[in-house]
This record gives sequence, C-alpha cells and structure tokens, in this order.
Amino acid sequence: MLLLYRLYQRLRQRRSSAPATRAPAPARAEAPAAGRTVRALGLVAHQARFELLGFVRNRQARFFTVALPVIFLVVFVGVFGNDTAGPEHVKASTYYVPGLSALAIIAACFVNLVISVTTQRELGILKRRRATPVPAWVLIAGRTLSAMVVGLAVMTVLLAIGRFAYGVHLPGSTIPGVLLTAVVGSVAFCCLGYALCTAISSADSAQPMLQAVMLPLYFISGVFIPSVGLPDWLQQVARVFPVQHLADGLHHALDSAASGSGIVWSDLGILALWAAVGLAVALRRFTWTPAAAAA
Amino acid sequence: MSATAPSIHAAAAANLADDRAGDRAGDRAGEVVIGVSGLHKRYDELEAVRGIDLKVRRGEIFAFLGPNGAGKTTTVEILEGFRGRSAGQVSVLGVDPAHADRHWRDRVGVVLQESQPEPGLRVRECLQLYAGYYTHPRQPEETIALVGLRPQAEVPTERLSGGQRRRLDVALALIGDPELLFLDEPTTGFDPSARRAAWQVVAGLRTLGKTVLLTTHYMDEAEHLADRIAVIAAGRIVAQGTPQTLGGRDRLPATISFTLPTGVTPQALPADLQARAERDGDRLVLTSQHPLVHVRRLADWALARGLDLPDLDVRRPSLEDVYLHLTRGN
Repeated sequence: MLLLYRLYQRLRQRRSSAPATRAPAPARAEAPAAGRTVRALGLVAHQARFELLGFVRNRQARFFTVALPVIFLVVFVGVFGNDTAGPEHVKASTYYVPGLSALAIIAACFVNLVISVTTQRELGILKRRRATPVPAWVLIAGRTLSAMVVGLAVMTVLLAIGRFAYGVHLPGSTIPGVLLTAVVGSVAFCCLGYALCTAISSADSAQPMLQAVMLPLYFISGVFIPSVGLPDWLQQVARVFPVQHLADGLHHALDSAASGSGIVWSDLGILALWAAVGLAVALRRFTWTPAAAAA
Repeated sequence: MSATAPSIHAAAAANLADDRAGDRAGDRAGEVVIGVSGLHKRYDELEAVRGIDLKVRRGEIFAFLGPNGAGKTTTVEILEGFRGRSAGQVSVLGVDPAHADRHWRDRVGVVLQESQPEPGLRVRECLQLYAGYYTHPRQPEETIALVGLRPQAEVPTERLSGGQRRRLDVALALIGDPELLFLDEPTTGFDPSARRAAWQVVAGLRTLGKTVLLTTHYMDEAEHLADRIAVIAAGRIVAQGTPQTLGGRDRLPATISFTLPTGVTPQALPADLQARAERDGDRLVLTSQHPLVHVRRLADWALARGLDLPDLDVRRPSLEDVYLHLTRGN
C-alpha cells in the first residue's frame, strides 16, 4: 500500500512539473507496456485518494464504519465484562476484537461501498466519470482500494484498543494470517458489494436492504457473540455465507493460543469463492447509468 | 455561414439549401467533426429518432433545439457513445462512437443532462480528480477561472447553487481540454441571471476554438449562442440554419400592428391594407413582405386624417415564432 502511494506521489510530481504545453502526445502505442501499467496503478491510487477524501467528509459513513465498531468494542466489554468466555476460556475482549474487526471490514467494504456506489450512480456521477478516458477497472479498483484502507485502518484501531486498553494478547507469528484474511475478506466483500449494487435501483433502498441482510448474519456468524452456543442448524446456515468465514478466519488468526501463520485456508477458500461469484455477477450486470435514465 | 436564400418555403427544402451552404462554408471553416446520416433509434414500440442527418464543423457552436421528448438527448447520447442506435451512420471526430475508446474520450467533453457534483469534495478537488483521468489536462486553476468559479474554488460542492453546479459540470467537461464538447440542456431550471452567466461560459468556449454541440428547449438560448441551429420535433429535424435564416425566418413576412383609434373601423383603411389586416382584439395586425412600403401607406393614411398611432409596432418574426410554427402539432 505504502509502495503504491509512493509511486503515485512520484507520478504526480512528474505530471505537475512537466511544462504546461499542449503538444500532441506521442502515439500511446509507443509507450512501453510497463509505463502504462505504472500510470494505471497511479491512477488507481489517485482515485482511491479522492474516494477516501469523500469518505472522511461524510459524517454518516464515518459513524457507521469507523465509530460504531469501536463503540461496540467499548460497550461490549463494559456490559459483558472482560472475563473469560467460550470453551477455550479466552478473555472476552480477545473474542470481541476479531469479531468486530470483521464487522469493520464488512462495514467499509460492503455496506459503505454499496451505499456510496448506488448514490454516485443515482446522481449521475458514475456516468460522468465514464464519459472520461478513465478505464472502468481503475474506478472499481480505486474504490475497492479506498474501502480496504478504511477497513484495515479501523481494524488496526480495534487491535490497538484491545491490546493497550484490554490487554488482548496479539500473537506476532500470525500477523501474515491476520493481514491475508483481512485482505481476502476485503476483496471478497467489495466484489459482493458491486454485485449487490446491480440488484439495488435506488440509494434510498440500499440502507434498509443492507441492514435486513447483514444484521441476522452478524448475529449467527460470531461477529458479536460466539456462535458455538447457537443451534446446529443455525451454524450450518451461517457457514454458507461469507460473514462467518471472515469472522472465523480472524478469530483463528488472532487466537492467543494460535501458533504458525494463523491462516485458515478453508475460510479463505470460501471467501475467495464468494469473491468470484460477486465478481462474475458484477461483471455481467453492473451498470454505470442511473436506473431512471435506462428507460 | 448564412445561406444565399432561394425563394422556397418548405422546411425540407430550406434544410437542404442550408446543408449545401454549409458544405461551401465548410471548405473554409474546416473538417466535419460530427457527421450523422439516416440515424434511427427505436425503443420497443417508440421510435425516438426517425432519420436524422446533420453535420457539425470544427469550431462551430451547433444548437439542437426542440421540445422535451423530441429526441434531443437520445441523439446526443448516441453521439456521446452512451447509447446504441437502430440504424444510420454516425461519425464523431472520425470515429463511430459505438466503438469509442479511451483515446477518443480524451478528445471529447460531456456535460450530461443530469449529474451532481462529487459529494464530499471541494470545487478544486473535483477538478484535480478529473484532471487525473486525461492525458493532457488543462490546469485546474485556469479552468475554474474559465467558468467563473474562482471565488468558490474551496467551497464544498454541496454548498454550490444550481447554476454554480452546472458551471462546475462544464469545468469538469473542459478539464481534459477536449476538441469537442457536448452540452445537454446546460441551463434548464436556471434563473435568468444564472442563465446569462452560463451563456458567457459557453460563448467563451468559442474563443478557445472548441466545437460545441448543445441541446436546449429555449429558443433565446439557441439564438444567443449558436452559429447554426437544427430544430428537432418528434425525432426528425424539421429545419436547419443560422439563427437568422432558420425555417426561412429571413423570408417570412413582418407584422405591422397598432390599436385602432376610437371611432375608426378597419373598413376605413385603404383597400390594399385592409386585405392584409386581421383583428386581434383592439389591435389591427397587418402582414407584409414589404413592411417599409406598407408602413408608409399606413402613415400617409393616418396623417391625412389627423390620426396618431402611438403604439405602432413593426416586427420581424422572432425565432420563437418560427420555432412554434415548426414544432406545432408535435
């Protein structure tokens, strides 16, 4: 991420220091493929930067995506205490931190993404962007990158609060597992977000639809409360959906008793499968123009 | 660009004549930037565009004038590459917009009929974002100044007025320094001062040498801004020409009108004037191909009787008269 940003900064400097002449470009076919790739990646970072700016200035998005997971962590520990819980007798906060990290990633990469993308589509913003030379995949990658940055940042805050306020033990050896699970989960939920955008016609209906789908899933997937206490059939239902696998993957990677890399490949595999399904739906059905104008 | 007018009145014939005049002027003014012939667009039952031909040349400001639902936006969206077509040839900057690629988009600016600014961003940031999309963008500062938004450069887009938002739209379409600009109803819903401000921006594009295709349902807007106008009604172009010659405007009769002095009946007028007179309430309206002759006849008659005609009015047909005539029944 940092590397990408550095690259982007260099590209920007190069562009702004270039003389302001409008001489016709040398045919772009002559540009080396590597140069074009670098420019495209710079453009992804450029897009992500402005998407982040828009996110940071949106109070509602800030509250639901950044504040709420943190508030949940503080409230849960306050209400339920920080005693040991679950069959493995871990500290309660050790349980809440990965669960709410999953919540943060889903809030940033799925809920917020669906709301903002459907809003931008309804306002004609996506259509206007498509009237420019920017490639579609750059817009999507830029938005996805901004969602991942937000999700990972909130997760980092949760981990820091857990570590320093509640004494959650963070195993160092599983950092790759934590990161990999978070990244795979982020990508999967972004893909699913774009897929869901194809089924939502207006920004107004996005919020209630998302809550109706996600709230029950949070409760049966171990995001708020351990799912071991749930009836077997409910656990089976949860296992079909990606929420449970992101939460489970993060629980294992952040398990204080964990050793090794902390990667649960079955969870990652199912998340990747969902990502593929979401991507396929989005590629086939995603539209850039407002629904009303399509008539 | 003005056509040497043959004495014909049928809209179709005038259309043809102007097209020829356009071809002659084109030799001087430059290449065809937009060429359309036999364009059709059908949506299931509805045929929105029923055979449109038009040519727009480099550096022209071309207005597409017509009532709502006439097919303006459909046509423009086909030219912008946002819609497919059912039949016909379309070439924009030498490319079929149905196969528009990024290089083509680099040369074209689009102001959509409906689009809102980027939420959460300030004016300058919007321009910085869009500048990144183009190969050779203009400077954001200069573009902000061009549309008259310099005082608002740091204002969040949510706080802009409707007119300012539309000018931001124009700035975003200009940031890539396009050769060709599409403006779809740039001033719909504006108050008069906002419209004047927007007109200034569009008129400023002329000095930049941009080719502009704008759609509007305001006659005064087309008259004020355009070098040439095509009137579209029910999916067809019913007239094409300069604001002065459109629909044979330069050859339509003038009207001479005045309020009849009390006690005077129309029958008191000389016979040749009576023949062209029509009552319109208190007023008498004379239609004349030779207004100077008939005004003089009228003046001689009135002065001889010691009558004053204080509200005498001599008027050429306005573009609005022509337009209403052309689009009547559609």
